[in-house]
Amino acid sequence: MRLKGIRVPHKKNTADKAPVKMPLPKWVKIPMSMHIGKPAVPLVKIGDRVKTGQLIGKAEGFISAPVHSSVTGVVKKIEQLTVYGGAKTDAVVIETDENQEICESVTPPAVSDFDSFIQAVKESGIVGLGGAGFPTFVKLSVKDLSKLDAIVINSAECEPYITSDTRTMLDRTDSIARGIRLLQKYLQTERVIIGIENNKKKCIDKMQEMSQSIKGVEVKILPSVYPQGGEKVLVYNTVGKIIPKGGLPIDAGVVVINCTTLASIADYIKTGMPLIEKCITVDGSAVKNPCNVIAPIGAPIEDIFEFCGGFKSEPKKILYGGPMMGISVPSLEVPVLKMTNALIAMDEQEAKPPKTTQCINCGRCLSHCPLRLDPRAIAKAYKLDLPKELEALCVDLCMECGCCSYVCPAKRPLVQTNKLAKDKLKKYRAENNSKDGEAKK
Amino acid sequence: MNKLISTVSPHINQNTTTQRIMLDVLIALLPAGVASVIIFGFRALLVIGVCVAVCVFGEWAFEKICKKENTVSDLSAVVTGVLLAFNLPVSIPLWQAAFGSIVAIVVVKQLFGGIGQNFANPAITARIVLMTAFSGTMTSWVFPDGTSSATPLALISKGELTSLPSYTDMLLGLRGGCLGETCILALLLGGIYLLARKVITWHTPVAFIGTVLVMSLIFDKEPLYQLMSGGLVLGAFFMATDYATTPATKWGKIIFGVGCGLITVLIRFWGTFPEGVSFSILLMNILTPYISRLTRQKPLVGGERK
Repeated sequence: MRLKGIRVPHKKNTADKAPVKMPLPKWVKIPMSMHIGKPAVPLVKIGDRVKTGQLIGKAEGFISAPVHSSVTGVVKKIEQLTVYGGAKTDAVVIETDENQEICESVTPPAVSDFDSFIQAVKESGIVGLGGAGFPTFVKLSVKDLSKLDAIVINSAECEPYITSDTRTMLDRTDSIARGIRLLQKYLQTERVIIGIENNKKKCIDKMQEMSQSIKGVEVKILPSVYPQGGEKVLVYNTVGKIIPKGGLPIDAGVVVINCTTLASIADYIKTGMPLIEKCITVDGSAVKNPCNVIAPIGAPIEDIFEFCGGFKSEPKKILYGGPMMGISVPSLEVPVLKMTNALIAMDEQEAKPPKTTQCINCGRCLSHCPLRLDPRAIAKAYKLDLPKELEALCVDLCMECGCCSYVCPAKRPLVQTNKLAKDKLKKYRAENNSKDGEAKK
Repeated sequence: MNKLISTVSPHINQNTTTQRIMLDVLIALLPAGVASVIIFGFRALLVIGVCVAVCVFGEWAFEKICKKENTVSDLSAVVTGVLLAFNLPVSIPLWQAAFGSIVAIVVVKQLFGGIGQNFANPAITARIVLMTAFSGTMTSWVFPDGTSSATPLALISKGELTSLPSYTDMLLGLRGGCLGETCILALLLGGIYLLARKVITWHTPVAFIGTVLVMSLIFDKEPLYQLMSGGLVLGAFFMATDYATTPATKWGKIIFGVGCGLITVLIRFWGTFPEGVSFSILLMNILTPYISRLTRQKPLVGGERK
């Protein structure tokens, strides 16, 4: 069985552009929520002087991640910021100093066993850098290591434009190698599969060369079919197993980790410097010089575009991430987040929303869905308010990859409907559960 | 600076539109249209013109009256007009062709919600209405030179096998029949174009035509004539593949095609009418929601959670 998908234009214009570090911005704005889970709690107040790498936000609850200062400077204000998903979060605004100092707390962590390794990953503040932002230590906290058959390294990078993972593979090969050894040792699993799309020849060569020096590592060349890097798709195409609905990769015997996330873990263990900067692909039809930039977390995206030569035409839409799953930002003042792997600026023509027309029932959406859903039927059930039908249609399986919307000739917002339908199903389940609870009382 | 546009992902789309798909269908119908004018004369063009004009006008007027968004530019009404014309004899009185066009667009398509919402194929249903209402003019097959001939299927059902046209004539379309259904070569060319453009998949045409072939082999009913006669090729490639009225899944399409094939041979071999393609498609249109439900693709849910 082959999972379906779509052929999107690759537009990997920046694959050969080694990342360049941008000059220090005048200020950074660091949100307390750059991850899935509870926001971190700010540890600093206005007027405090902070140093590079200093902990400024404490992780709160189990699924959360600590936040560190990416610069040396003075806290000017703590403001409310809408990051994404509409939820507001505290953001610490730091005015940068001319003298940049590394915080004394930045020292390599002592790692000797599984628990101390997980603790170190937790303190690094590293989250899923492929774009999801799920706290990495949670992902690696495998309860029963005997269930783990393989570690899958996500190097597919299937979104158009983005080449920041490509650059990690080419420029930080040693970090990936160290990361693999760490995982092999502490997760007690030798088998490692690096999944790469076949449009990245140089990365494949580099990873294959590296894999020869480590036992158990295999490079799996995957077809360049979007969404190859989607977790469920990648797991199926590397180890041949389906992650059960509502389950995690470990239910299919694997742990999946993005290659940049892995390299960042290895670097943290070596230096003790938490996640404070990111390689970001800057591209899109409105960008003058598409390139890869290393930017401190919290840097205003305006400065980054400026560093790339500014705009060749007025940007009408700007995305965190790629054009298939990226999120459109409200203004140029928003900061770079931990999981920002690309900034795409679209000109008027590229940004123009297509005209939606009536569904012609062509079935392209369902014949391109990697998870074999029926977006057409989901839209109907959503409109008719039939949560039971939504349950039967497994809408909660949807990973919002966007294939359905992409191929729709009527340009219907199918992903949006799926999202709304997922919410409806969630509410319905919650109501039913509480009813059941009352009935039992 | 202007405000940035904020929308839900994805932020890029394939350039296929409904209009482009309909244009592809029209391009695919072009060879058979040209062939019909060569075979049946200029009047073929007149019939096509009337059907297209009335279909487009009917859609425009209905939407105007009902204050609905105008959808004429999606070209689907043009496609319906051409398909209906292809299903009529060249000698049909033009007012009957116009009446059929109104039935197709207003009654079958618009009253059920317009494009994508109708459950029955507009052109097929209109043809059946015309056949029932005007059976005389709908079954008179006149050539430009004034001669008329029975259709090959009528000849087979009467047992007059010696009067059948040659295979070459059948391929080229030099036989009695509706104006767009006779030139098999032109229809196949169009069908291949639709397959190449991925407007349709092979499942329905292969299942439909394959079933007719197998059944006519089993019952020894002139298999090659069965394939090239009547509206089989036109129906299998252009009408049984209509999006709104046929299943969307692979197995749904196969079941639909096989069902069409079986009903077609049932009517052809043992029915009162010599031809059964239209009825078979309409009957299967009615079953489509059930076939779709039965053949819904199973979501990738995987095994149990451990």
